[in-house]
Amino acid sequence: MSVLVYLESWEGKFKKNTWEAATYAAKTASMLGTEAIGLCIGKLDEDASEAGNYGLSKVLKLEGDAFNQFDANVYGAAIAEVAAAQSANTVIVSATFNGKALAPALSIQADAALLSNVVALPENASPFSVKRGVFSGKGFNILTSDAAKRIVLFVPNSIAPEATGGSASVEGTSAGQGSISPVAVKEVDRVKGKIPLPEAERVISGGRGLKGPENWGMIEELAEVLDAGTACSKPVSDMDWRPHSEHVGQTGIAIKPNLYVAVGISGAIQHLAGVSASKTIVVINKDPEAPFFKAADYGVVGDAFEVVPKLTEEIKKFKAAN
Amino acid sequence: MKVLVCISHVPDTTSKINFTADNSAFDKNGVQYVINPYDEFGLTRAVWLKEKQGASITVLNVGNKETEPTLRKALAIGADTAIRVEAEPTDAYFVAQQIAAVAKEGGYDMIIAGRESIDYNGGQVPGMVAALLGWPFVNACAGMEANGDTYDFVREIDGGKEKLSASAPFVVAGQKGLVEEKDLRIPNMRGIMQARTKPLEVKAPVEAANKTQTGAFSKPAPKSAVKMVDAENMAELVRMLHEEAKVI
Ligand SMILES: Cc1cc2nc3c(=O)[nH]c(=O)nc-3n(C[C@H](O)[C@H](O)[C@H](O)COP(=O)(O)OP(=O)(O)OC[C@H]3O[C@@H](n4cnc5c(N)ncnc54)[C@H](O)[C@@H]3O)c2cc1C
Repeated sequence: MSVLVYLESWEGKFKKNTWEAATYAAKTASMLGTEAIGLCIGKLDEDASEAGNYGLSKVLKLEGDAFNQFDANVYGAAIAEVAAAQSANTVIVSATFNGKALAPALSIQADAALLSNVVALPENASPFSVKRGVFSGKGFNILTSDAAKRIVLFVPNSIAPEATGGSASVEGTSAGQGSISPVAVKEVDRVKGKIPLPEAERVISGGRGLKGPENWGMIEELAEVLDAGTACSKPVSDMDWRPHSEHVGQTGIAIKPNLYVAVGISGAIQHLAGVSASKTIVVINKDPEAPFFKAADYGVVGDAFEVVPKLTEEIKKFKAAN
Repeated sequence: MKVLVCISHVPDTTSKINFTADNSAFDKNGVQYVINPYDEFGLTRAVWLKEKQGASITVLNVGNKETEPTLRKALAIGADTAIRVEAEPTDAYFVAQQIAAVAKEGGYDMIIAGRESIDYNGGQVPGMVAALLGWPFVNACAGMEANGDTYDFVREIDGGKEKLSASAPFVVAGQKGLVEEKDLRIPNMRGIMQARTKPLEVKAPVEAANKTQTGAFSKPAPKSAVKMVDAENMAELVRMLHEEAKVI
């Protein structure tokens, strides 16, 4: 028995939350009394032995033409084969967009239970049980499975990566070479240098209160000084002020950063559904009655056009002094 | 062209969520149910295919009799036939097996589902169906156009978008972008009248064991009261975020 974790990379680089996934796997393995093994798929420019620092004993590298582009079924089948070869009965996948696409395929190909939308480390080894988010953040549920094999698909930012100082051996594997995907990738359009929202530890979000896309400069400045991602409410993306990929909430992306700053957002129930799991929420709104204040940790009643630049200035001062 | 659209029956987005006194189940009391918002995009996209290319649309739900008004609404929006697999949808694997069985039997060219249902947020069913059928899978699909014999798709990825193409049969898990929200179809009187006479077939489920069991529900811990900070004193907010919240 072992725990296998998919160490996701993009364009040869590990993703920000890869070490969170490794930590998740190492802790799950220690609960199950076994070792945690990492799997990297595709070309990698980084040193995979780094995973040892997060508790993995071994990292396997799987390369081949089939993995030059992501495909849910191809990646799922490859992970299933590696899991079988390593007699892994638990596979950890981080719920990025690709993780969410491949985990269901993997669960079918490996004949394993899929426990998804998991928000914490496993609670119990037997029966294997996890806490998952339900009703778009409005509730939790304990999900158990007595299946012989399982996949845990856990939400980014659910636990903090923990360095252990260990080291991992790195080996190639030829298991699961896979077949070429029937889906052709024609173009990949990633916003360069920006933190993908689900992974961002801090998020600055703007709503209809910002009046128009021309006013987003101050949101981006604040995001830059805080090293944060940017998000928006649904009407803002509906009106094309911001791209749909920034729309957070029940029908957009659900996020759980450490800090969520909502500027000119009323706090409708559908918006809260996707952001209320944030650790600390700051609300800036000129209406003292805005419902968002009830869900906030810190509130500022004021005009965003005055408050946001002041806040940005103060953070700059703070950073210069610290 | 035969299109199968999966319809999940979920609490309205404004619903207050409560659990039964022993926390063993969702409390349905006073809750309005709707077509899962992501599935609405898929259904409208299918109606476009019907109007432009003469597709036929079957909507499918795995659920008990309570979900029939939701299926009738989908028929009123433009689906031609409906299938309800008579079973409590308690496990994604079980639901996926039912959908795959219907798809195999019916000879469909594509399956359009929603990215996730807004009740259990699993996001598992469409990908499982694709894997069970061995069909290509496009998750988080925000665009779909026929291009001769193949289809072009836009898929959301972390921090961006990807353009893909594949030929039928395939499974799409959709969201806004399949159509825009302003283009979503709502039932009109004629549609509602027609829906009453459109066929709604009830099928027995195929044999499939659950792989997971649902345990106790809970609610998030209540928030402590908000601390208000004077708009003139952003230095104080920065201090609190650093010292108390420890997020900067
Ligand atoms: C099926 C369904 C799904 C939905 N899903 C989502 C979702 O996923 N995400 C989402 O966000 N919404 C969603 N909604 C929409 C949601 O109900 C609200 O309409 C939306 O969140 C409101 O966005 P807003 O707060 O930006 O805009 P508004 O409601 O217009 O609020 C703007 C706020 O800005 C404040 N303001 C105005 N000017 C200033 C200023 N100068 N300075 C400071 N504050 C100012 C106002 O006081 C107000 O509170 C959904 C709705 C439905 C029906």
